[in-house]
Amino acid sequence: MSAIICKELCKTFHQGDQVITGLDHVSIEIDKGTFTCLSGPSGSGKTTLLNAMGGLDTPDSGEIRVGDVQLDQLSRAELADMRLHNIGFVFQAYNLIPVLTARENVEFVMQVQGVGKGDRRRRTDEVLAEVGLSGMEDRLPAQLSGGQQQRVAVARAIASKPKLVLADEPTANLDSKSAAELMALFVDLNVNRGITFVIATHDVRVMGYARRLISMRDGLIISDEAQQSHAMAV
Amino acid sequence: MNLPVTVVATLAWRNLWRNYRRTLIMLITIALGVWSMIFMTALMRGMVDEIVRNGLETLPGEVQIHAPDYRRDPSIVNSMAMPSGALLAALAEPPVIGWSGRVRVPAVISSERDSRGVTLLGVDPVAESNLGSAPDNIIEGRFLEGVDDKGVVIGASLARRLETKLGKRIVIMSQDPENNVADRGARIVGIYKARLPSTEDIFVYSGRSVIQKMLKIEGEVSEIAVTADDYRAVLDWYPAIASAAGPDVEVLPWTELDTYLSTMLRVQDGFALVFMVVIFLALSFGLVNTLVMAVFERVREIGLMQALGMRPGLILAQILLESLYLLFVGLGIGNITAYLSIKSLESGIDISGVAEGMEMMNMSPVLYPALEFSDMLMSTGVVICLGLLASLLPAWKASQLDPVKALAKN
Repeated sequence: MSAIICKELCKTFHQGDQVITGLDHVSIEIDKGTFTCLSGPSGSGKTTLLNAMGGLDTPDSGEIRVGDVQLDQLSRAELADMRLHNIGFVFQAYNLIPVLTARENVEFVMQVQGVGKGDRRRRTDEVLAEVGLSGMEDRLPAQLSGGQQQRVAVARAIASKPKLVLADEPTANLDSKSAAELMALFVDLNVNRGITFVIATHDVRVMGYARRLISMRDGLIISDEAQQSHAMAV
Repeated sequence: MNLPVTVVATLAWRNLWRNYRRTLIMLITIALGVWSMIFMTALMRGMVDEIVRNGLETLPGEVQIHAPDYRRDPSIVNSMAMPSGALLAALAEPPVIGWSGRVRVPAVISSERDSRGVTLLGVDPVAESNLGSAPDNIIEGRFLEGVDDKGVVIGASLARRLETKLGKRIVIMSQDPENNVADRGARIVGIYKARLPSTEDIFVYSGRSVIQKMLKIEGEVSEIAVTADDYRAVLDWYPAIASAAGPDVEVLPWTELDTYLSTMLRVQDGFALVFMVVIFLALSFGLVNTLVMAVFERVREIGLMQALGMRPGLILAQILLESLYLLFVGLGIGNITAYLSIKSLESGIDISGVAEGMEMMNMSPVLYPALEFSDMLMSTGVVICLGLLASLLPAWKASQLDPVKALAKN
């Protein structure tokens, strides 16, 4: 069963007179419950593909289906709703809301979803414990280390129980230890919760955790191969 | 749809205080603007109130009752009976606080040296005092003591022109209803000073019964002047008086009797609104700048919230709410300081040193600021409406950010 289906995606960017190809007729299917890495150098199109899968960016042509929803037919507001209810995001630079505490950051998505206060609090306590941040609920992002902030971002991504998590260079700003801990957490969530992970990265440490590694260059998929089970790597 | 009000409200409030210096400066600016809107309006209102009140004392009254043709021909033939029955009962009801029936006819006054045309007023001195229309500055002698007082009270300027003085006799001449000359000699018992020399030249006071007898119109008067506690509310209560007076007389509020005064009042209300809008327009540049900066500094965060699934409408609401918080706090401070400063100046501001000749405008040299709740409400309305309007553009721009570009912003 596919979590994501992309068909013939094309996307170009204009930089002055120069036309840059972001995606060049990319077709791909991501199965549910898999752990996939999109790899490649900067400008290879991996982030563009990830953004298109998350409904953050609209391709010039082609089709994207996330679950049962065809993204190219949705309005801005509908895309926002789709992301809110179906996808968890983890970004490169932690991306927490600085005026909210760790707890409030995690609760943010659920609050926007309209989840009741009791459920929200219970769920937040659970996920913060799960990512190893019990006792740090009331700290502001500035009072947390980079690794801890990224854990809060992961807790926020999974708090509303999405079936799909999209992560863009999640370890880029982390030291080796924090990066390894974060990947172990991703693997655990993938194995035990069945959450589908798609991670865009050029970090070889991260690629080692993937069961499927898709390499990109100049907007094209240049290789797509299955790997050793990440559980073994962990 | 379950709107995430709490999270939007929390974010808006906390974001407001991220750059507390900028917020404080903006708050002080809004508070100062609101204070100046209310304070200056209170000063203007106090000034216009004074002009209107003084005008109504001269008119006199907030409502006048006349014979139907009196205003066209203010002569003795257009007299009417003193109030009785339903009208008398209506005049005893609140909000009426005083009324006076007066004889008012053109006359000639002659001293041993000169003659002048004047307006002769046959009055009841007690009722005139209640009405506030009796001369309040008797500089020599006394005012009339009753309706049967045979003496006359004239203005200081008229006394100079007639080359007469207190205690001297003068002759008053007018016409009775048969067009015969009606005259009598009388002694000057008082000389008054008015704000305007023209008032002193025109009005001559004598006891009502004495003048009625001289003019052979016993029991009749030229006009009935009525006053209440709030001249602005005259249109609310004067229909009851008109109804009680019946169709045989004409009952008019001061707004129709003196269109200059009523126009001035309307102009003042309009001017207050214009004044508030102008002040806020100056303020709005600061407000828009604050919000534009707040949005500019948080582009990445706004992109993040959009990426996480916050609808553009909620982003718009969040920025507008930030603006509303700023406006409400500024309004609160501005209203309170305006209230306190106006209350502390209730005893009046002496402007004689900087505003000579105020009496020419029917004003006293002491200015009494008049705080009206409606002015505070109007300034609040102006600030909220225009503030939200000014905030719409930065809020709209924030809501329309492209999440991918916003997230990529350093």
